[in-house]
Parts: sequence; structure tokens; C-alpha cells
Amino acid sequence: MTVDLFLLQLFTGLALGSIFVLVALGLSLIFGLLTIVNFAHGQFFMLGAYVGAFVLGMTGNFWLSLIAVPLAVGAVGMLCERFLVRPLYGRGIDYPLLLTYGLGLILLETVRILAGTQGIPFNTPPVLSGAADLGFFFFPKYRLFLIAITAIILVALWLFLERTSYGLIIRAGARDQEIVQVLGVDVGRVWLVVFGVGVAIAGLAGVLAAPIRGVFPEMGVPVLVEAFVVTVVGGMGSLLGAVVAGLAVGVTVSFTSFFYPEMATLSMFLLMALVLVFRPRGLFGRAGLLG
Amino acid sequence: MSLRLTRRSLLAGAGAAAAASPFSFSIARSQETPIKIGFPVPLSGPYSSEANDQVRCAQLAIDWFNEGASRKAELVVRDDKLNPGEAATRALELIESDKVDFLCGSLSASVQLSVNQVASKRGVIYNSISQSDTINEASDFTKYTFHEALNPHMTAGAVARYAFKNAKGKKVAYLIADYAYGTEMLRGFRNVAKETGMEEVAEVRHPLGTTDYSTFFPRIQSARPDVLVVVNFGRDQLNTLKQATDFGLKQQMQIVYPVILDTQRFAGGFAPFEDVIGGGNYYWTLEDEHESAKRFNDAYRKKYPDQGVPSAYGALGYAGVYGLLNGVKEAGGAKTDDVIAAMETMKYDAYKGAEYFRKCDHQAVQSVLILKAKAEDKMRDKWDIFEIVDTQPADEQFLRTCEELGHKA
Repeated sequence: MTVDLFLLQLFTGLALGSIFVLVALGLSLIFGLLTIVNFAHGQFFMLGAYVGAFVLGMTGNFWLSLIAVPLAVGAVGMLCERFLVRPLYGRGIDYPLLLTYGLGLILLETVRILAGTQGIPFNTPPVLSGAADLGFFFFPKYRLFLIAITAIILVALWLFLERTSYGLIIRAGARDQEIVQVLGVDVGRVWLVVFGVGVAIAGLAGVLAAPIRGVFPEMGVPVLVEAFVVTVVGGMGSLLGAVVAGLAVGVTVSFTSFFYPEMATLSMFLLMALVLVFRPRGLFGRAGLLG
Repeated sequence: MSLRLTRRSLLAGAGAAAAASPFSFSIARSQETPIKIGFPVPLSGPYSSEANDQVRCAQLAIDWFNEGASRKAELVVRDDKLNPGEAATRALELIESDKVDFLCGSLSASVQLSVNQVASKRGVIYNSISQSDTINEASDFTKYTFHEALNPHMTAGAVARYAFKNAKGKKVAYLIADYAYGTEMLRGFRNVAKETGMEEVAEVRHPLGTTDYSTFFPRIQSARPDVLVVVNFGRDQLNTLKQATDFGLKQQMQIVYPVILDTQRFAGGFAPFEDVIGGGNYYWTLEDEHESAKRFNDAYRKKYPDQGVPSAYGALGYAGVYGLLNGVKEAGGAKTDDVIAAMETMKYDAYKGAEYFRKCDHQAVQSVLILKAKAEDKMRDKWDIFEIVDTQPADEQFLRTCEELGHKA
């Protein structure tokens, strides 16, 4: 393995890792703040891709679909929170888990019925297609764009949670719901927003991944698995953990693909098992989230 | 035309309504039981679009048979979920409780072997419609086994001979889905590579159902092949080609598939597939050459006006059921041994020109098409996606010999 090849393999892994970060963010956010394991995460991802393909088909504008998707899918998420998830708060973690699992099945079948089982085309937007010269190798422009947009989403999310008063309320609510309530904050509305934002990011990830993975009803199934691995490795509910874990999983898959390609998919589960043996809470997990 | 209702026209209308309702089943039954063909295919999962088209096409073969037949045929569809265990259970159920006369179907090498085992044990004829080399071999073959699909040896052989002959250089790399289909196709390509003096520079096996192929590309690109043979199926094919196109692999090498899927091409658009070469059992423009293809396409267009043209794998659903029912016609009944004897000797033209089942292994001897995906500016309409660049004729010389397969002469 030459140095050039090593660097290319490493960079390909990091780029793949940023996609893992992107697909895991929504799941990680909702878990970290609401302690809800959103099993419909993959289907919201899929829904985002379909809404994006629809908007793209109607307007021919990829950028417009990037704005429309989080709004539309986020709205669906908020409706789900308000009428389905909310009655289950305080009943233990398995209630919303079962609910979102069923919700995912319903979303999947609905899309199959409305849009067919075959899948629909979603090509890379022309301005981002082709490869860019990175000095020692060429790399697809669209994947570079994904790295950038993942970074933007992360920074925006961090600023929202750490630097706004609303973010302060969200963080406080996640720590101690009762005190926040006593202080006169409508916690229900906070949870509504958090769930909506998490689902919106899942949908955005779906439309962003569509040019690479295609658009079809079952596209969300592997995404739930990937997002779960990243969230568990990074530590349930840690955004920093999700970033580090996503990149680590990407690099692990990349080098396994080079040396032992048959094991590429399995390698992410091996990494997860290893991390769990030595750090049961994941790399950056907080204690007591599930307690 | 008068709109006046008479008692007679009302009765005729009621009769037609009854015939279209579920109650018609019991009426038909009271006269004579229909010939039942069990059809297990993976309606759910990654190959669902192919499987659903197989059902549509198989129904056309039933319609073809029923026209003017005194004893009607009927299709009994089951979801095998692309799982050998599930398929065996469904096949057994079809035989034991649905009392099917024949079996046809499956869309994976391992699934068809498991259905074949069940059918053979129960003495039910099974016409398999997915690719497999093993099913021809003496260890898995019984007299009840028929194979309408192409097999990897003939498909990979045909594509390899064309692709290697027209290659810019002598270096070949392989990217193979890590399961039986991949391994059997790889063997077919390697045989021809050896004969034509191609040099193998990389072999990469990827897990089935991989979503991102980017991490396999650096090793392939650094090996600088002239031809990249990719063997995978369903959505794996589309994702590989989408990502290979983004990474600029097509500028560096000719991408070749043993089987290029029209279903995935329709689902994925022209860009990922442009300039890719691959094999196929059928492409709808065969109707320009063959009356049977025209008849089949027209029936499809008439019954499913929203679906456009039949897919190649869908067409196998038609051919598989057609083969069985043609055997029934020739035998003058549905008795198993008579139908086997008829199928072994008949020549038939279901949908693509003349075919016949070779006596020793019941493999359908048939043509293999070499297809090239068109660029957008070459397409006449949205269904015009491939060009037939070559055809390997129906000839036993492209099959492994009966001795090689372990059949006694």
C-alpha cells in the first residue's frame, strides 16, 4: 500500500464517515434530549428523499428541495410528537420505541402504496457532479459538498443548543424537567421542537444521500442500523460522540474494504462490540440516560 | 348504439360481473379444477421490482393458455422473501394445501435450489427462472427440474467474449457480490479471460446489500484495469453504478455486467448506466425481429398500460409459465410424466425466438443478448434505454457438456 493509496483510502473513509454522521445526527439528538429511541428514524430519512425527489421533479431546483424537505418532514415529525409520542412520556423507554417502530412500518407501506416499490431516479445536481482535483487524487464534488454541509449543520445545531436562550431551555429540560416546569416553561412545546428538529435533520439527510444511494422505499432500513451503530459507539446522546464515532466508523469500513472487503459491513459491528467492551457507555456517553 | 336496457342485456351484464367476482372461482370449480401453477417470488425486499413484474408477466402466460382452453390454468403467487427457508415452506404449502400441479419462480440461486429440492422430493415439476449453474449439475438435478433462465456459464461467457474482444487493453478487475451468483459469474468470466489472455489485476468481493461502494474504489483504480467486471444485482447494481460514475471510473475503464437490469435503469435514470455493457435474456426491441416478442409485448401493453414495456426478468416469469403450459398443451393433459416427456422434446418460441430444453439437464437452450446502455441524447423515447450490440445464438456449444455436469450419457 503506497502513501498515495493510503491517503486516498483514509480520505474516502472520512468522507463516508461524514455521511454516517449526517444520518446519525437526528437519531442522536432526539435520544440525547428526549431519551426516545426513534425507530422510525430510517423511514423519516426515506420520506425526506421522496419529498426531495418530488420537489425536485416539480421545480427542477435541488436547493429548493434542500429547504422544503426539512420543513415538510419536520412538520410531519411534529405532528407525530404531538399526537402519538406525547401521550407516552413518563411511561418508560419501551413505549415510544414500540410506537416509533410501528410508525416506521406505516410510513414504509404508505410510501410503497403512493409511490410504488420500484424507486425513482435522483441524479446528482449538475453543478456538483463530476470530480474535483485535490492535488494527489480526484474526488467527487458531491461528496465534498456533503462534508461541508454536514459541518454546517453541526455548527448550526451547536450554536442553537449552546448559544441561544431556547437552547438553554432545551438543555435544562433534558437535565431536569420538573425544575424547568416549576420555572414556568412549557416543556411540552420544547419537546415538540426538539423532536421536529431531529426528524427534520433525518429528512434532510435522506435528500442529501439520495444522489449517492438512490430513492426507494427500503432505503431507510440500513440507515437505522448505521445511525444506531454511530450513536452507540459515540455514546448515546452525545453530539460530539456522534461526530467522532461517525468518522471512526467510516475509516474502519474504508480500511476493512481495502484489506478484507468481504468484512466491510461487519467491521462496523465489530468496532461497536469492541467499544462496548471497553466503554459500555460509548466514547462520550453520559451516565444514567437510560436509567 | 342503443342504451335501452333489456332483460337479456341485464342478465349478460350480471353474468360478466359474477365472472369477475371472487364467486366465479366456486362456479369454475364445480365444473373442473383448474391447472394450478405455484409461483413463489421475492415480492418484498431488494428484488421486489423485478419480482412484481414477473407476476405481471406470468399472468399473461396464463391468459395466453386460457384463451380457448376447456380446462383453465391459474397462478398461485407467494412471497418467498428471498429466503431459502421461507421459499421451501411456501413451496411445500403450495404443494400440500394449495395442491398446485407445477411450480415456477424464484429470483436467487440458493432460493431456487431449495424450491427445487422440495419439488423434486414431492414429484412436482419445477421450472426455475433465475440464474444458477448448480441447478444444471447432476447433484441437484432430478427429472422434475427445468431451468428456463439463462445460467451464469452461458451469460458470463457471452458477455466476456464480447467485452474482452472489444477491450482497449488486457487488464481486467472484478468487483463481485459475495454470494453464489457472484462466484458462479466470476468463474464464467475467468474461463474466457484465460482463453483470451486477459490479465487479472484485482478481485474485490463486497458484502451483499452494501449501500456505499466508495471505499472499494481506490484499490480498483490503483490497479488501472481496462475492463471492470461488476457482478451484483438489484439495487446493489444501481448504487454501484451511481457511485462509480461519481468517482469517474467510467473515464478510466469499461464497466461490464453479466446481467444489466432494465428495472434498475428505469429506477435510476440514464446517467449512472450510460456506456455500461451487460448481458440479458430479453430486451423489448426484440419485437422488431421476433413475432413472439411482439405478441408478448402487445399483451403486456394492453393489460398493463401504465407499466410501459416488460422487463427482462419479468419476461422470464412469462417464459417459465409458458414453458410449463406449452408442455401441458403438447402432452394433452397435466399428468406429470406426460408433461416431462413433452417438455423434453418440444421446440417452443415463448418470447424471444426458438428455444428447447436440453435432454440431460433440462436447461433451456437460448440466445444471450449483449446490451449497451444508451446516453440520453440517443434515446428515442423513455423506454428506449439499451442497444442490442451483439447476440450469442441459441446453441449447446455455449453450455457446459452433460459429462462436465456429471450426467451419465
